[in-house]
Amino acid sequence: MEAFLHQVFSGLATGGIYASMALALVMIYQSTHHINFSQGEMATFCTFIAWALIETGFPYWVAFFATVAIGLVGGMAIQRILLRPVENAPILTNVIVFIGLLVIFNSTAGWIFDHTIKAFPSPFPRGTFFDTQYFSSHEIGSIMVTLLVLVALYVFFRFTPLGLAMRAAAQNPVSSRLVGIRVSWMLALGWGLAAAIGAIAGMMVAPIVYLDPNMMAGILLYGFAGALLGGIDNPWGAVFGGFVVGVLENVLGAYVIGTELKLTVALVLIVGVLTLKPTGLFGKVVVTRV
Amino acid sequence: MTRSGAVAELRYFGLTLRQWIILGAIVGLVLLLVMPFLLRNYRVFQINLAMVYAIAILGLNMLTGYNGQISLGHGAFYAIGGYTAAILMHRYGVPYWATLPVAGFVCLVAGFLFGLPALRLQGHYLALATFALALATPQILKYKHFEEFTGGVQGIVLDKPEPPFEFSFLGQALSQDRWLYFFTLLVAAIMFLLAWNILRGRIGRAMIAIRDQPIAAAAMGVNLAMVKSLTFGVSAMYTGVAGALGAIVVAFVAPDSFNIFLSITILVGAVVGGLASIPAAIFGAIFIQYVPNIADQISKSAPWAVYGVFLIGLMYLMPTGVMGLLRLVGARLRKYAE
Amino acid sequence: MNRNLLIAIVAAIVVAVAGYFVLAPKPEAPAPVAAKKYDPGASDKEILIGQTMPYSGPASAYGTIGKASAAYFAKINDEGGINGRKIKFVSLDDGYSPPKTVEQIRKLVEQDEVLFVFNTLGTPPNSAIHNYMNQKKVPQLFVATGATKWGDPKNFPWTMGWQPNYQTEGRIYAKYILKEKPNAKIAVLYQNDDYGKDYLKGFKDGLGEAGQKLIVSEVSYEVTDPTVDSQVVTMKGSGADTFFNITTPKFAAQAIKKAAEIGWKPTHFLNNVSASVASVLRPAGLENSKDIITAAYLKDPTDKQWENDQGYKDWLAWMKKYYPEGDLANSFNVYGYAVTQTLVQVLKQCGDDLTRENVMRQAANLKDIELPMLLPGIKVSTSPTDFYPIESVRLQRFDGKEWVLFGDVIGS
Repeated sequence: MEAFLHQVFSGLATGGIYASMALALVMIYQSTHHINFSQGEMATFCTFIAWALIETGFPYWVAFFATVAIGLVGGMAIQRILLRPVENAPILTNVIVFIGLLVIFNSTAGWIFDHTIKAFPSPFPRGTFFDTQYFSSHEIGSIMVTLLVLVALYVFFRFTPLGLAMRAAAQNPVSSRLVGIRVSWMLALGWGLAAAIGAIAGMMVAPIVYLDPNMMAGILLYGFAGALLGGIDNPWGAVFGGFVVGVLENVLGAYVIGTELKLTVALVLIVGVLTLKPTGLFGKVVVTRV
Repeated sequence: MTRSGAVAELRYFGLTLRQWIILGAIVGLVLLLVMPFLLRNYRVFQINLAMVYAIAILGLNMLTGYNGQISLGHGAFYAIGGYTAAILMHRYGVPYWATLPVAGFVCLVAGFLFGLPALRLQGHYLALATFALALATPQILKYKHFEEFTGGVQGIVLDKPEPPFEFSFLGQALSQDRWLYFFTLLVAAIMFLLAWNILRGRIGRAMIAIRDQPIAAAAMGVNLAMVKSLTFGVSAMYTGVAGALGAIVVAFVAPDSFNIFLSITILVGAVVGGLASIPAAIFGAIFIQYVPNIADQISKSAPWAVYGVFLIGLMYLMPTGVMGLLRLVGARLRKYAE
Repeated sequence: MNRNLLIAIVAAIVVAVAGYFVLAPKPEAPAPVAAKKYDPGASDKEILIGQTMPYSGPASAYGTIGKASAAYFAKINDEGGINGRKIKFVSLDDGYSPPKTVEQIRKLVEQDEVLFVFNTLGTPPNSAIHNYMNQKKVPQLFVATGATKWGDPKNFPWTMGWQPNYQTEGRIYAKYILKEKPNAKIAVLYQNDDYGKDYLKGFKDGLGEAGQKLIVSEVSYEVTDPTVDSQVVTMKGSGADTFFNITTPKFAAQAIKKAAEIGWKPTHFLNNVSASVASVLRPAGLENSKDIITAAYLKDPTDKQWENDQGYKDWLAWMKKYYPEGDLANSFNVYGYAVTQTLVQVLKQCGDDLTRENVMRQAANLKDIELPMLLPGIKVSTSPTDFYPIESVRLQRFDGKEWVLFGDVIGS
C-alpha cells in the first residue's frame, strides 16, 4: 500500500509538470486556435535565460520575473514578426512554421548553452513546506504555482476588459474588429501570455528534471495528451488532464504492464477516451453549422 | 473553342504548345533512363531515397491534402512497411520485389483499422492520435517479445539485391544502386499513376467533397465513414510501400530509423511540396532529402537552426508550397499569353 | 503525329549524345597505381578522413565529440601534421538516422574518397554501414559505441571499436557484487535501447545462472520520459539493497536525487556513461552521491584530483586554444581528445604506407599505448585477433568530493 501511495504521489508530482505545460497549450489555443509545437522549446529557452541570469548573480526572484517578462515580450515578438506573414495561410503552413521554430530553439539552445545538464535552483528548498517522503517541498510548491497561475488566468479572462477582449477576438474576430478590438494585437498578447506561462512551467520543472536543451520535448507531449484529454478549450480540464496522465502513467508502469510499454498503453488509453468523447472530458461540444 | 485550345494553337519557335510538351516529356523520359549512368553510385542512391520519400509524401498528401485529415504518424506506417519487407526477406527468404505488395497490403489493413476509430476524431485530436502512434512505434519495435522477429534494438541488416542481368552503358556497369534506381522508378511510376487514377475518379471526388463540405457530401450520399477509413488505408499503403522500398534501398532497418522525426519530416515534405497535388510530392521529397545536407554544410554547431530558418523562409515565400507557387506562376503566364 | 514521332526520335538522340559527351564521368574509383603506397584519400600532402556525427536531432548532445576531434586535428596540423602530411577531416551530420548515415558515408567514400572513416557515432548508424564498409574494404575505425559486435576481425576485418564495451563493464560490476555482496538484492534501471540492453546483458552474464536470481527488480525508461521518479519508487518498493544504474547523465542525476529524497540507500553502481562529477553528481547533490561506485577508464575533467596532473593541464590548454566554445565540464570532450590521439598514433605508425590495408594493420598493432587522459594503468592494446583497444577499467568510489580509485586494473 505504501508503495502504491508512493506511485500515486510521484505521479501527481509529475502530473503537475504536465498540467502546467497543458495550461500553456490551452492558453495559446484559446487565443489563436493553433497548437504550438514549439511551446516546449520556447519554455526551455526561457529557462536557460533564467539560468544564465542566476549564474551571473541575480537573486532568484529577480531572475524569475525578468524571465517571465522576457517570455511575454519574446512571445509577442514572435507572433508579430514571424507569424504575421502567414496569418492567412493554411493551418498546415502555420504548423510547419511551428516545427521550424522548434528546431531553431532546440538547436540554438544546444549551441549556446551546451548539452550538459544543469542544476536549476528551486525557490522552495527543503524545509519550506512539510517535506514528506511522498512529496518534496519543491513539488508542493510547483503544484501551488500551477494552481495560482490557473486562478490568475481565470480572473484575467473572466473579469478584466483586456481578458474579455482577448476571448472575443479569438471567438469572433470579425465582430470584435467592429467593436474596436485590435484583433491582431490580441493574438500577439495570447502568444506572449503562453510563452510567459511556458517560462514559469520551465522554471518549475527544471529543478526536478534538470535543464538541458531537450528538457521539454518529452513533457510537451504529455502536456499535449493532458490538454486534449481534459479538453483543449478548458483550462481546468487541461490541468486535470495533466494530473490524470501523470498518475495513470505511473500506476500502469508500476503495476499493470511494466515500464517497457507504459507510454504506448497510456497513449492508447487516452486515444480510447477521445474516441468515446471526441472533444475531451470537459471540452465544449462543437455543433457544426452547414 | 475553349481558352486552352486557343493557347494550344499559338506557335512558339515553329511548334505548338502541345508539341513542346510532348518534346519535353520525351526528353525528360530519356534523361530519367540515362541519368543513373551519368552519376556516381552514391548520387543514384540519394535519388533512390528521394523517390522513396516522394511515394511516402504522396501517401500522406492523399490523406491530408485531398481528404483534410492531419496525420503526424505516417512514420509508423513507413516503419510497418519497412519491417514487413525486412522480416520477409531476412527470415523467410522472400525475394525483395515480392515484399512490396505484402507490405502495401499489411499497411492498407493497418491504416484502415486505425482509420476506423480515428474517424471520430477531428483536427487536433486526430493529430494527437496519430502522434501517439508515431511515438509508440519505436517502443513497440523494441518490445522484447517481438525481438525474435524485429531484431530488437539492433535492427535487421539486409543484403542489397543484385541486378538480375549484367549490363553496361556509357562505360558504367548496372550496379546494385542503378538497378534499384530503375526498380524504384518503376514502382514510383506505378504508384503515381495509380494515385492519379484514384484521385480523379469517383473516390477522389468524394475525398475532396468530404474535406470541403462534409455535411453536404453526406447529404449527397457519400459514405463518410467508409471513404475516410479507406483514404486512411490507401494513404498508409503508399507510405508502407515506400517504407519497404526504403528498407531495400538502405539495406537496414532499426527502431531508431523510425522515430517521431520521420513522421514530422514526411509532413514537412507534404506541405513544402504543396497540398492536394500529385507532382508536389516530388518537390517535397527533394526538399527533405537535400536541404538537411545543405544545412549541415553551413553550420556544424546548429544545423537544425539553419534548417528551421530555411523552413520558415520557404513558408513565407510559398505559403502553399512549391506547387502552389508554380500554379500561381502558371496562372499569371496564361493570363499574359492571352 | 508523324511530326511528333520525328521530334521524339531526334530529341532522344540529341539527349543521349549530348549526355555522353558532356556528362560522362570518369570510371568510378580507379584502382590507384601502386607506385607510391597510397590509397584514395592519401597523398604526399594530405590525409583525408571522414566521419558522421549527430550534430542535429535527438542525439545532438554527442556532437561535441566530433568538434573535439576536429579541434585536435587542428592542433596536429598546426604542429606540422603527421609525417609531414596535414589532416583533412570531413565530419558530416547524420542526425542519428541510419538512412542518413548510409547516405553520408557513401558520399565520403565514393565522392570525397576518404582514406577511412573514424569514430562514427551510435550503434544503429554504425550497424547500417557495417556491411558496406567491409564490402568496400574501407576502414571503419574506432567507432563511438560500446556495443560488443565491433570487435569481430574474422567476419568484419575492416571495423574496430575503441572504448571498453558495455557488456564488459556490466560483467565487472556483476563480478564485484558476487564477490563483495553475495546475498545482494539487486535492482536494475536501464534505458530501453541498445546501450541499456547491452549493459544489462553483460551484467546478467556476469552474474551467471545462479546470480540472476539476485535481481529482484528490473525496470526501464525511454529517452522521451520526463523523469524516472516512478521507476526509482518501484525499485525501492522491491526491497532491493543494491542498485545498478544504467542511465544517461540526466536520468542518472534524477535517480540519485530521487533515491535520496525517498530515503532509499542501496549500494549504488553507476555506469561509466554518467560518471561525471560536474554534469551528474553535482546536479544530483554531492551528499546524495556519496559512496557511488563506477568503473572508469578516462580522467574526469571536473574531478579536483587531476588539477595538477600534466595530462589534464595539457588537455585544458588545448581546449582553451583550439576549442574555446567547448564546455570544460563535458567529459565527451575528453573522449574526443583521447580517441583522436589514438588515431594519430595509428597514422604515425603507418609511416608512408597510407593504404587502407596498412591503416587497419597498424590499428591492429597498438602495443600498450598510454594516453594522457586515460586513468593510470589503463592502456590501449590491439592485435590482429583483438579488435578491442581498451579492455580494462578501474573501479572508483565517490567520497563526496572526488572519485577515489580502489583495487587493481580490471580486464575482462
